[in-house]
Amino acid sequence: MTANGKPKFAMYWAASCGGCEIAVLNIGEKILDVDANFEVVFWPVAMDAKYKDVEAMPDKSILLTLFNGGIRNSENEEIAHLLRRKSQILVAFGSCASEGCIPGLANLSSPKDIFNTVYQSISTNNPDKTQPQYQYQMPEGILYTPEFYPVLKTLDQVVEVDYYMPGCPPESHQIAAVIDLVIKVLHGEATLPPPGTTIGAGPSTVCDDCARQRNVKTINKFVRIQDLDHPDPVLCLLEQGIPCNGPATRNGCGALCPSAGAQCIGCYGPADGVLDYGARLVTSFASVIDSNDPEEIDRILDGIPDPVGQFYRFNLAGSLLRAGKPAWKANGSH
Amino acid sequence: MSEQPTFEPIIIGFTCNWCSYRAADMAGTARLKYPPNVRLIRLMCSGRLDPTFVLKAFSGGADGVLITGCHPGECHYIEQNYKMLRRLLLLKRVLAGMGIEPERLKLVWASAAEGVKFAREMTIFVEEIQKLGPLDWPSWDSGNAHHNVAVSHPEEVTV
Amino acid sequence: MQRITIDPITRLEGHGRIEIFLNEEGDVANTYFQIPELRGFERFCVGRPVEEMPLLTNRICGVCPEAHHMAAAKAADAVYHVEIPRTAKLLRELLYSGFYFTDHTTHFYALAGPDFVMGPTAPVAERNILGVIHKVGLEIGGKVIQARKYGHHIVEIIGGRKVHPCTSIPGGLTKGITEEQRKEIEEMGRWGIEFAQFTLQLFNDIVLGNKAYLDLILGDFYTHKTYSMGMVDENNKVNFYDGKVSLVAPDGERIGKYAPAEYTDWIAEHVEPWTYLKFPYIKKVGWKGFVDGKDSGVYFATPLSRLNASDGMTTPLAQEQYEKFYTTLGGKPVHQRLAIHWARLIELLYAAERIVELSTDPEITSDNFHTVPTGIPTEGVGIVEAPRGTLTHHYKTDERGILTEVNLIVGTTNNYAPISMSVNKAARSLITKGTVVTEGILNMVEMAFRAYDPCFGCATHSLPGQMPIEITIRDANGDIVDILKQYC
Repeated sequence: MTANGKPKFAMYWAASCGGCEIAVLNIGEKILDVDANFEVVFWPVAMDAKYKDVEAMPDKSILLTLFNGGIRNSENEEIAHLLRRKSQILVAFGSCASEGCIPGLANLSSPKDIFNTVYQSISTNNPDKTQPQYQYQMPEGILYTPEFYPVLKTLDQVVEVDYYMPGCPPESHQIAAVIDLVIKVLHGEATLPPPGTTIGAGPSTVCDDCARQRNVKTINKFVRIQDLDHPDPVLCLLEQGIPCNGPATRNGCGALCPSAGAQCIGCYGPADGVLDYGARLVTSFASVIDSNDPEEIDRILDGIPDPVGQFYRFNLAGSLLRAGKPAWKANGSH
Repeated sequence: MSEQPTFEPIIIGFTCNWCSYRAADMAGTARLKYPPNVRLIRLMCSGRLDPTFVLKAFSGGADGVLITGCHPGECHYIEQNYKMLRRLLLLKRVLAGMGIEPERLKLVWASAAEGVKFAREMTIFVEEIQKLGPLDWPSWDSGNAHHNVAVSHPEEVTV
Repeated sequence: MQRITIDPITRLEGHGRIEIFLNEEGDVANTYFQIPELRGFERFCVGRPVEEMPLLTNRICGVCPEAHHMAAAKAADAVYHVEIPRTAKLLRELLYSGFYFTDHTTHFYALAGPDFVMGPTAPVAERNILGVIHKVGLEIGGKVIQARKYGHHIVEIIGGRKVHPCTSIPGGLTKGITEEQRKEIEEMGRWGIEFAQFTLQLFNDIVLGNKAYLDLILGDFYTHKTYSMGMVDENNKVNFYDGKVSLVAPDGERIGKYAPAEYTDWIAEHVEPWTYLKFPYIKKVGWKGFVDGKDSGVYFATPLSRLNASDGMTTPLAQEQYEKFYTTLGGKPVHQRLAIHWARLIELLYAAERIVELSTDPEITSDNFHTVPTGIPTEGVGIVEAPRGTLTHHYKTDERGILTEVNLIVGTTNNYAPISMSVNKAARSLITKGTVVTEGILNMVEMAFRAYDPCFGCATHSLPGQMPIEITIRDANGDIVDILKQYC
């Protein structure tokens, strides 16, 4: 507790995009409830506390920390451990912290390939093949940059996590609902769910939220969405051959993308009971293919040109395999 | 220069209760030799094969995974082996994208009477995997990797 | 050498650290602005289908995903050699104008506002959005929340979601809008015009009407004479969504105007080993280091540079403000970096006017929002103006439209060299022999980068915070001489 009696709150971003911060701020006037009930002690995007200040805080003195972003480098991991020590409740907030999210797709490449691509790109003038060094001696002193890990990790792969809030980003109405719950808990009017629970989302799949009409599916062709002339706005997208990840993706967003005519790309992560998200999608997609002939099945599957990306778009770092061989093979380490 | 010791692969074999498991049984009772590298797991039907099992096998240290089921048209549950076939073909593509050679996942149809074939296919597969070499998938520190099987309690969470 | 480390930089998107080295006299020898992060989009997008890029590249930045979404959509259209229907163009630009409206509001009130409304060296406890609201009143605070809400609502209506829109595909969009939605957007636009005018008046009263602030804006140590970059339409007027990229020299001469496909003729990137981010520069002029002037390839890309690189605004009220801006500041181009804040508000007004213009176009509700691409996909470049600078997406694909190469030059990246220079110059001016380095001085160093709105706008309710900074001052042996601390 601080001098004014309000419990401490922190929000931090590791390898992230800032979308989770915006989603929190999009709760609008409800941010005043956060302000009334908490003292924000660390939130680099919004106010000027720094790492040294967090280090100086007593352990477990922060009641609630929302941690978004994946663990990409040594600084991300260091702060994850720091905030775990200082926080009573640590929430893996958003897809990056929960399952790696889009930057997790880097786990299909070796760090060497990533660096070579970025620092030798078509517009980069770099004849000496300079690349960032973790330590570099300048005339005035040594400059340090964090170490880039071969494999991007989720938050719970480096520290113990209390709760997970899925979504890229978590939708603001869900964030508002969770804040309401936490404030009720503070006032003794509710209890928190068991540690390890996924909060701010439903237990079922996006299909349950989706208003589109569903029939028994018999797909003999997968299509690319731009190749359809005005897809049917009422019929299930998967039934029209558009690869929609709804069947394995956790609900809670309100099926926003299918409502807007775009396929669900899976940003809310796996539904309850799904051990490996990609595996579940393999099952879902395979089950709707209308053929028993291996050659024809292969031909239909050619309509999904990037299966790893399609099925593990947000979830690779959090999947059973976690990373493709090129990412970990070169270093032999993980 | 001494010869490298032959690598002994770990193979997980998913067999279907009604045919291929019985074929394995038959091979056993007929004392047909086949390599001990294969650990058999019995499913009631090859259609029970969840791709998760295969991923768990590879991420858990297996070098190869063999699926056996009833011949097309002979499935005890009529059509489920076709469902497995579709899953498998798609799964192979996913594995290739992850850097796992699709040959490490193999499908063999075998009926209950084909004990000899079963033993032979096991042997062939072990040799194929030996040629490919060990997969050596890292054994990641686990953390709470299976958080997503927790069932949330709707009455406790306001959503 | 003595070293002052500011870590982390705060109130911007992403991570950053400033290292200030002092020589024996106590003057600044050099300053390094390091960016310690890299995620690798240019690599891991390879192998993905090009139609996913408006969705994947959203995740480069969750504050300006709309910018990446549009640049990606345009690049994907170019890959397929498809001309999208007029309704699709209108809808995309309308979404984009809604986005600009919310984004510029956010930056001004939560990031820039406190420095001007409260004062650069005001007590830290007051120098934040809440301090601003107390000074100007809760009614205005409510308006700011509403402005942000409206902007995001426009994005949601057309783009499907508030953050990370999902409706742009090669050939157009996945949906159109109804008449009811159109009306709603028009009303929000009209409200937005009033809000923008109010904000400009606020700036006029509180900032321009205060001599101390005016001196700060016009002062030399926040000034750099570099090239200016901004996208313009065929009449050389500012356009955020489409056009060609205009480059104007420090003396105002336009040296080029390039189409997206020509960008590699004009822009190259320089690599330093002490940071993950690259430094773009004008190829024809060349990389001469972190220096000003016509002979240095350093350029900046911000609202101010957009105004500098153009001949005016297409909407009447914004044009009036554009003229007043240059008259007040003594002509074009303007190089005082703090004037970016003012230029940003002129763009806020333009965005609101544009929302009304586009939402009242007769074709905006047509269902001709998509055309199926028929060309073989090969290669394409899409450029838009992100709020923080010109954004370039360049894709190469195979004949199925699967990406084989990706190159991105992102908004703030354009400004990495000028930001470094601005921070260095500010530090040199503010910290000299005998200076007691106070919190206020550090804030004035930070103001040098904050003007560029580096890739993030903190939204309405920046929460109260002091500026906890720890400065460790070491002597030549590395022993600690003094530690200045301020906690929150």
